[in-house]
Amino acid sequence: MAHGPVAIGAVVAAAILALVAGSLAAVALRGAGGWPGPADWVALRFTLGQAALSAVLSVALAVPVARALARRRFPGRAALISLMGAPFLLPVIVAVLGLIAVFGRQGWFNDALAVLGLPRMSVYGLHGVVLAHVFLNLPLAVRMVLMGWQAIPAERLRLAASLDFGPVEMFRHLERPMLRAVLPGAALAVFLICLTSFAVALTLGGGPGATTVELAIYQALRFEFDPGRAAVLALMQVALGGAAVLAAARVTVPAGFGPGLDRLAERHDARTPWLRAQDAVAIGAAAAFLLGPLAAVVWRGLPGLVDLPAAVWPAAARSVAVAAVSTALTLAAAVALARAVVAGARWVELAGMLPLALSGLALGTGLFLIVHPFVAPERLALPVTALVNALLSLPFALRLILPALREIEASHGRLADSLGLTGRARLLRLVLPRLRRPLGLAAGLVVALAMGDLGVIALFAGEAEATLPLIVHRLMGAYRMQAAAGAALVLVALSFALFFLCDRWGRGDAAA
Amino acid sequence: MIRRTATGTLIATCAAALGLAAPARAETPVLTVLTYDSFVSEWGPGPAIEQAFEAECACDLRFVAGGDGAALLSRLMLEGTRSEADVVLGLDTNLTAAAAATGLIAPHGQTGPWDLPVAWDDPLFLPYDWGWFAFVHDTTRTPQVPGSLMALAESDLKVVIQDPRSSTPGLGLVMWVQAALGDRAPAFWAALADNIVTVTPGWSEAYGLFLEGEADLVLSYTTSPAYHLIAEGDATKAAVAFAEGHYLQVEVAGKLAATDQPDLADRFLAFVGTPAFQSVIPTTNWMYPARQPEGGLPAGFETLIRPDISLLLPADQAQALRGPAVDAWRTALSQ
Repeated sequence: MAHGPVAIGAVVAAAILALVAGSLAAVALRGAGGWPGPADWVALRFTLGQAALSAVLSVALAVPVARALARRRFPGRAALISLMGAPFLLPVIVAVLGLIAVFGRQGWFNDALAVLGLPRMSVYGLHGVVLAHVFLNLPLAVRMVLMGWQAIPAERLRLAASLDFGPVEMFRHLERPMLRAVLPGAALAVFLICLTSFAVALTLGGGPGATTVELAIYQALRFEFDPGRAAVLALMQVALGGAAVLAAARVTVPAGFGPGLDRLAERHDARTPWLRAQDAVAIGAAAAFLLGPLAAVVWRGLPGLVDLPAAVWPAAARSVAVAAVSTALTLAAAVALARAVVAGARWVELAGMLPLALSGLALGTGLFLIVHPFVAPERLALPVTALVNALLSLPFALRLILPALREIEASHGRLADSLGLTGRARLLRLVLPRLRRPLGLAAGLVVALAMGDLGVIALFAGEAEATLPLIVHRLMGAYRMQAAAGAALVLVALSFALFFLCDRWGRGDAAA
Repeated sequence: MIRRTATGTLIATCAAALGLAAPARAETPVLTVLTYDSFVSEWGPGPAIEQAFEAECACDLRFVAGGDGAALLSRLMLEGTRSEADVVLGLDTNLTAAAAATGLIAPHGQTGPWDLPVAWDDPLFLPYDWGWFAFVHDTTRTPQVPGSLMALAESDLKVVIQDPRSSTPGLGLVMWVQAALGDRAPAFWAALADNIVTVTPGWSEAYGLFLEGEADLVLSYTTSPAYHLIAEGDATKAAVAFAEGHYLQVEVAGKLAATDQPDLADRFLAFVGTPAFQSVIPTTNWMYPARQPEGGLPAGFETLIRPDISLLLPADQAQALRGPAVDAWRTALSQ
């Protein structure tokens, strides 16, 4: 009975592994690889340190915010949840400039400190790198944890209410098991994203002490022309990522709440003024932290909107097309992989998470080498960009879909089995309807990530294939900071609109 | 979708049958020029140059953008002799030795004189524009600026620079310090460390941070203030003249030895030195043209500083020094 899903998932996983291994091999074959030197080990240590710190902090901060959002109802809540997701969708350079407007030497935060008579603070250094990574990834972590809270069946909450559980009992019996199931995955996702950080780490790191492995890969490919070394470094990154995936799988414990009837959850607990205040502070602080730099991006971008170059609009259309194709590919692959994992093929999960630890530059260069003998690379610029984005965002989709699917199969699997509901019918009648929420969120994230990607298109694009992020980059490279800010605002608005549509679809009409 | 594809095929088949499509294509040879991103954008030099050259060559000039300057060399090496490109345009003097060593570049055959501050006799690489690296400041925000590299390192001013491992200006600064200070380079970096706000992966991030007010000075070019003056009517930006002299960046073009359009490539390289090409450069690439057009430079360029001493290491020496100089830079700044 499980042969179908496992076979399909295995094929998808094998294709992913082939793509990853093939592109790295293509890079490696172009030159003898040097063994990493002392500087690379320093870079590796910094990379691991900042990624671990960023992951732990993002997840730790996400818990109170997600809990507050889970147990409070207030006007504008749904809009706030969507809007707080926006930093995750920002192109890196735009996010950095937004953070600088708030936390920089001349930023609002330091102005406020000065008004209070406090000394100005520098944002540059390890703390700046972690600040930026938390800013970029807290939204993802909040959404993952919030989804965990929402997956606690309403029946369990009612039972808790009838037993008169206080916050302590609620935590012990419902929230702690849920967090043990959700947090390792959320931390893993953030850790893997930060593992391949390059521009954020260097720009806010304050100097070459903040060198990441990704920068070493860039240097090896660009200035030293040593593809072998680049491949070795990229492999090192993948190995670290793989180790992190395995470690996270070991500490994850399924919550096992059993099935519910999808009733809207009502929270009886947390009605005390003290807990109300606590939640208000959590939501208020997170909103200020996440929306401040976002407001700066909008504020800087508005003047640039008046004279946008003509190239912005066709580039925007190309970006939307690429994002749509990426999203379709990613969701199909993620559902296939998740079904195989739930049916028992654990190795498939590893294949699905690995791309997150993959250097975009190494992957792009590998594909370039594979493609080049057969066809001019710029002719394939958009399809390759769509494929690479699908691959790189697959882990997010998988991370969101897999826990939900596990819950579905644990709760309804036996009933479906006894009814003989298998294959397509099971997918269409049971799995997809109940996966709607994670599917919507995953689609939103993937579409927005693909919109904002700059990694691969820059390697392949010719004269007429530029996407919107590339236009922003080119404008900035030609002194046109104001036009760049305007184009970036268009990009952010488009990404957010697409994210909002998908996410909204996933959440249906429910108030949640 | 299917219907549209079928219609497209039908039209293509009919056109081919009538002999419309194929001969037209065969009569127009295509010259492919591999260059960097900002060259081909609608606000860069590309469009005007394409129009001017196509008007006289009866050919189709096609630009292929391959990222930034350093990405060009990497792409050349990846593609090897199978490259579709006939000409590469946009390498700089820090990369020409490595590019020459590939054996992929053929002599350009053009003769000077060039309007460069240094003598130029490279048979493989043809200069098309150049500029001096310089630190740029905002005269209203930071009116007092130091007059030398050493004085900058000893000052309290905040600077933002680019990483020599990922950016050409960043590498330019390392070479500048090496050429100007020699053995004193490590001491300079150690003294500069407390002035550096941050090191960015590329020029755009650094310049963006400077415009946001994050630093008093940014590593850029002596010509950067011309952009603000001419395009924005803003006269508050200025480059700082340093007593040790300023390092040059010379941007060059080269013909690929494996080109299938050698004559057209030669015509293009000859075109590079003509006013039609050179007059576009100052206000699109914001650099000095390698051969000054007869009308002189655009109004506004006369306000720029012109350093007395121009520094440029020979290409092979720059290549040999790069590794150790970047290591010294990293060691000094990682303390």
